[in-house]
Amino acid sequence: MIYTYYPGCTLKTKAKDLDLYARKSATALGVTLEEPEDWQCCGAVYPLARDEIATRLSAVRTLVSARDNKRAVVTVCSACHHVLVRVNDDMKNDADMRGKVNRYLELENEYGGETEVIHYLTMLRDKIGFDEIKKKVVKPLEGKKIAAYYGCMLLRPSKIMAFDDAENPTIIEDFIKALGAEPVIYPFRNECCGGYVTMSDKSLAKKAAGKVMASAKDNGAELIITACPLCMYNLDANGGADKLPVRYFTELLAEALDVK
Amino acid sequence: MQKIGVFVCWCGSNIAATVDVAEVVQAVKTQPGVAFATDYQYMCSEAGQSIIKNAIKEHDLTGIVVCSCSPRMHEATFRKTAQAAGLNPYMVEIANIREHCSWIHKDKNEATQKAIILANAAVAKVNLNAPLVQGESSVTKRALVIGGGIAGIQTALDIAEAGYEVDIVEKEPTIGGKMAQLDKTFPTLDCSACILTPKMVDVAANENITLYTYSEVEQVKGFVGNFSVTIKKKARYVKEDLCTGCGECMSKCPSKKGKDEFNCGLNNRTAINIPFAQAIPNVAYIDAEQCIKFKTGKCGLCEKTCSANAIDYNQKDEIIEREYGAIVMATGYEPIKLDKFDEYQYSKHPDVITSLELERIMNAAGPTGGTLLKMSDKEHPHSVTFIQCVGSRDISGRGKPYCSKICCMYTAKHAMLIRDKYPDVEVNVFYIDVRTPGKNFDEFYRRAVEEYGVNYIKGQVGKVYEKDGHLVVQAVDLIANKQLVLDTDMVVLATAIEPSKTARDLASMLTASIDTNDFITEAHPKLRPVESPTAGIFLSGVCQGPKDIPETVSQAGAAAAKVIGLLAKDKLLTNPCVAHSDELLCNGCSQCEKVCPYGAISYIDKEVNDHGVRETRRVAQVNEALCQGCGACTVTCPSGAMDLKGFTNRQIMAEVDAICK
Repeated sequence: MIYTYYPGCTLKTKAKDLDLYARKSATALGVTLEEPEDWQCCGAVYPLARDEIATRLSAVRTLVSARDNKRAVVTVCSACHHVLVRVNDDMKNDADMRGKVNRYLELENEYGGETEVIHYLTMLRDKIGFDEIKKKVVKPLEGKKIAAYYGCMLLRPSKIMAFDDAENPTIIEDFIKALGAEPVIYPFRNECCGGYVTMSDKSLAKKAAGKVMASAKDNGAELIITACPLCMYNLDANGGADKLPVRYFTELLAEALDVK
Repeated sequence: MQKIGVFVCWCGSNIAATVDVAEVVQAVKTQPGVAFATDYQYMCSEAGQSIIKNAIKEHDLTGIVVCSCSPRMHEATFRKTAQAAGLNPYMVEIANIREHCSWIHKDKNEATQKAIILANAAVAKVNLNAPLVQGESSVTKRALVIGGGIAGIQTALDIAEAGYEVDIVEKEPTIGGKMAQLDKTFPTLDCSACILTPKMVDVAANENITLYTYSEVEQVKGFVGNFSVTIKKKARYVKEDLCTGCGECMSKCPSKKGKDEFNCGLNNRTAINIPFAQAIPNVAYIDAEQCIKFKTGKCGLCEKTCSANAIDYNQKDEIIEREYGAIVMATGYEPIKLDKFDEYQYSKHPDVITSLELERIMNAAGPTGGTLLKMSDKEHPHSVTFIQCVGSRDISGRGKPYCSKICCMYTAKHAMLIRDKYPDVEVNVFYIDVRTPGKNFDEFYRRAVEEYGVNYIKGQVGKVYEKDGHLVVQAVDLIANKQLVLDTDMVVLATAIEPSKTARDLASMLTASIDTNDFITEAHPKLRPVESPTAGIFLSGVCQGPKDIPETVSQAGAAAAKVIGLLAKDKLLTNPCVAHSDELLCNGCSQCEKVCPYGAISYIDKEVNDHGVRETRRVAQVNEALCQGCGACTVTCPSGAMDLKGFTNRQIMAEVDAICK
């Protein structure tokens, strides 16, 4: 199993753990992640302007390079995954956007959204299978009560992201079960963490992240895991005084596979 | 050569103000075949019709063109006029110079030129018209009503009252439908069962009505006046003629794990069961999946208990074949499944319920004996929150795009009833809009707000979750423009309704058209609301679109009137403008059979004489009684064998040529 691996900028700086353990675990699971030498920014935020192509171009370049290598793209960062999936959807379904982008890039072969973009979690679920992962777990995380925090980027808009049921997702809980731990279901697992509002209104971000944290705690969690560097930041920095520890899901995977 | 008369109508100033009618008369006189042309103020008036009749006789006309309004308006009128003067009614053509010309144009010169062209086209067509004769078919004087809810019951009663036999096929073991499950009805708050059950008894007692409960329609063949229907009567394992409905068997039955469908699964029922006390027929049935006798071969307690010897474990499904002249769809609705609305916790928390479930909880014969209790701990709730439009007016694809129409009113009813009976309970209602068109409806809603103190909040609920043993509702108040977090004990979801799952299969059996939401389509949304475009198929109740009880009953009566009108006829005249296959051109490809929406085309092996060569060929054959003359087959036929009488390819091309000249 070989995939184009798109780490994104945060995984090289703030979220090195997310990256490191994703790679180590992949190796342990027999998956080769190939990082392109010349990858560039995903665009960071999916542009909501329907007629704007400039902010989509860098994502398209990544998608084109994967297509040319005949590989699917795997991402770990929720934000990168979100941008790549949605830009890919535009290229597939928005004829006007597709035309403009292709004319601008002057590609040898036109791009029409052919690349498969998958998240590391969906790779675990759909390509490897949680049953298979369960078999490869060396140190099961028995007795640990873990709360999955989804955030918004992976789930919404649900039709385009096609990741999981946006109101009642199960993928991270199934992942937690595969590692031998006990998932904690709590109502705020798909609510907003505060996102970028932390830059302009700290108190608002604290309120949002505080609610998530309190809800997870009230339902008996000892630990929260997430796939998103921004969620990680908000829960950690704005989660309140007696917050629960927050870790990346890849770190737990590496721990269970004993490659940490 | 035809002798054609052209009659140009002024329609007062409707046509004459924009079209120079005299110029049209002069121009059309030069057309081949035209023997006479004139204009008149109101051609549809008696004087106008006399002009036509006299001209036909005086000039020995073989065909006429009336340049007037749309044929939908007066084609039938002028056909009758022609017939009265001894002309075949299908030798009449209408040139629509009102809706298609004078009403939509301003420039008189251009409009006049267009009117001339339209008149010329009609003349060109009449030149090729041939007299057509309407055929006749017989009428079986019995109707079938599919569905035994209030819609089906009312339709059947009205048909029976007129003296015709009518059969009801109901898939459940009893008639009554959704209305039997309701506690009270808006806006009068009378007891639903009290007004429904006498009608159910009337159905059972009426000599003209035959009931097939626990039965389904398997197959429908035939056409208007002559339907042949196969009904499957499922085995009840109880002999209907012997069972007295005493209920002894239910008290002895040891299998008590079946979900009580009548109470929306809120409690359990026995494997042998009578759905509710007033069921019609008041006869038990055995749910074989739950019955211990069927599962293990042991038990047989009901058989031992039954003093009427009605139990028959060996009963088999029965197939019944019957003939009908008309069929009424009254298949009703179901609340949608809520599996895509997990934000409301319906599948997770027993105190989050649907409105229909609340009806059962509020009902004296329901699972709590009519006391409002939380299903989780059977405790009294102190606050109840209603959420409207759950799955209605939803364009996200999770629910239905339409308004379910009944929810605003039944939610107001529920809120009012709770506040009336339990003044200590706080009631909040979240809504997008409150829609109350209907007699005494808005007054009713205002009473809920003003007299009963129901708290209406404009805004939608984003999430419902459990915290410290109670429910929390996270929502937005759009008027106050703030986020709300409310503690509540019960949440009631005003769930969208959708047509019964059986509607789609039945519609294809009946070749009745159906819309994207599985509602059966009416022949005309305004003018023919209770008829399907397929002749002989009528619509009653929610199968046509969301409606409340009074509307359903009105429509049920209207459908019955249409059925009575049909059954009252001894013979039906058939539309002569039907498809016809030229068997010498037909190549047997079956394309026409595939596109025919009415099942009117079949293939037969037939000996044909093709220019002296006799051979047997597979050729298309049109059943003229079934054909509705839509023309789909004529445009599909690759060899040009299919043609539509009255609208032949030659006629259409002649019109086009006349327009393009």
